[in-house]
Amino acid sequence: MIELENVAYSYGGGELLSDISVKLAPGSFHFLTGPSGAGKTTLLKLCYGALLPTAGHIRLFERDVRSLERDDVAMIRRKVGVVHQDVQFLDHLNVSDNVALPLTVSGRQAEAANGDLTELMAWVGLTHRADAMPPELSGGERQRAALARAVIMSPDVVLADEPTGNVDWEMSQRLLTLLVELNRMGKTVLLATHDLSLIRAAKAQVQARVLRISNRRVQLAGADL
Amino acid sequence: MTFGRNTLRALLVGDRHADRVVPPTGFTAQLTLFVSGAMAFLAVFALALSLASGRLADRWGEELARTATIRIVAPEDQRAIQTAAALQVLSTTPGIAGARALTDEEQQALLAPWFGQELPLDTLPVPRLIEIEAADQGFDATGLRLRLAAEVPGAVLDDHGRWREPLVSAAQRMRLLGWTVALLIVGTVAAMVTLAANAALAANAQVIAVLRLVGATDSYIANAFVRRFTLRALVGSVVGAIIGVIAVWLMPSGGDSPGFLTGLGFTGAGWLVPVFLPLVCAAVALFATAYAASRALRTLT
Repeated sequence: MIELENVAYSYGGGELLSDISVKLAPGSFHFLTGPSGAGKTTLLKLCYGALLPTAGHIRLFERDVRSLERDDVAMIRRKVGVVHQDVQFLDHLNVSDNVALPLTVSGRQAEAANGDLTELMAWVGLTHRADAMPPELSGGERQRAALARAVIMSPDVVLADEPTGNVDWEMSQRLLTLLVELNRMGKTVLLATHDLSLIRAAKAQVQARVLRISNRRVQLAGADL
Repeated sequence: MTFGRNTLRALLVGDRHADRVVPPTGFTAQLTLFVSGAMAFLAVFALALSLASGRLADRWGEELARTATIRIVAPEDQRAIQTAAALQVLSTTPGIAGARALTDEEQQALLAPWFGQELPLDTLPVPRLIEIEAADQGFDATGLRLRLAAEVPGAVLDDHGRWREPLVSAAQRMRLLGWTVALLIVGTVAAMVTLAANAALAANAQVIAVLRLVGATDSYIANAFVRRFTLRALVGSVVGAIIGVIAVWLMPSGGDSPGFLTGLGFTGAGWLVPVFLPLVCAAVALFATAYAASRALRTLT
């Protein structure tokens, strides 16, 4: 599904990631952890074609990322839902329209009207905020709206970059629960976080592998977590 | 982004969902509307001037090319004989439809603006004038001059070329100038719309980032901007062209003696020019925005 092989990424003359080999199998749940600035966001961006590796190979849905045209990348992003810590919305559209945006840009806006959107808004607990404008949302509501937007196309993979970074513990648990539910529906989940307590809490709910970025490389974390 | 059938279809048919993804307001909206309106207004005047100049050039060219004059400058006792000889020469010259000597009254009328109505022609050495009307195919002026020189020594042929050509040339230059101004106006519209589109794309970098994140193709994003700018240019230029046509229509008429300014306006098929002008502006805006979007989306990561 998403496969990185001996990948390196350099920026501004320095190497941020080196010799990374990761394979996200269908239906798997991975945590990606490491200190701030370790390269978690960069690795996630490599996983959905926002960045190209400076060395090594990345295969997204059986296609080498370097062979992808711009429109191919757009098609891949319809199969990969992404949630960032710093969520961005179109501020002139309400929450409901923002959540339905992936359907709109792919010409499937009719599906937003047939109940899928309502169901999804209820799933993330934002039914009552459907008509609100994005600047009116709290941090937790923004993250849940972003998660709803990321999964409305029923993607095969969900990549979440510090989705709990700006929310309290209770909201973190709620977001984690939503991601675990997605995984149980068969989605592949990669969750980047520096919050080890979140990972420990998740272990009770889901069979997850923990990848740790250290010294520009990714290692499989052991039982010390 | 490639401009193709899908772009044109998206432009014509529209997509209310796609139209909403780009924020609806901003100074670029007013800028595009104003520039296309003002430029269409100016273009209407430039084209009206060009078309009027063209009509004038054609009219002068045709009218003056069809006539010529012979002056018989001879002693009084020879004047009638040489006039008859010149008319005889003219009657056998190919390409001449008719020729006649002006009467004393007609010659007096020609001189009246300078000498008054009471001028006694018989006391002055005024040459006799012969008016020539050329046939459609025209006549050989050089050949006629040679024949007149041999048979009518006092005859001087004036085919009006000396003063007709500069006038016709000036009118043709005015026509060319009008079209040049119109082309410059179109170029200015293209430049302004490109600048406005670039500004809009730069101002909406975050919107573009979000659209890309959720799987929008570059052509989808570009079409949203192209459609918006094209419609603005169309609306602005329709308003500008209408005001321009009204202004031209209200220009004072010169009656039967059209000039550059008093004859300003559109006639016949010329009315299609202000009708097509907004379409041209819209097409220019379409290509300018498509170009700007294509460049901007390549550079935006």
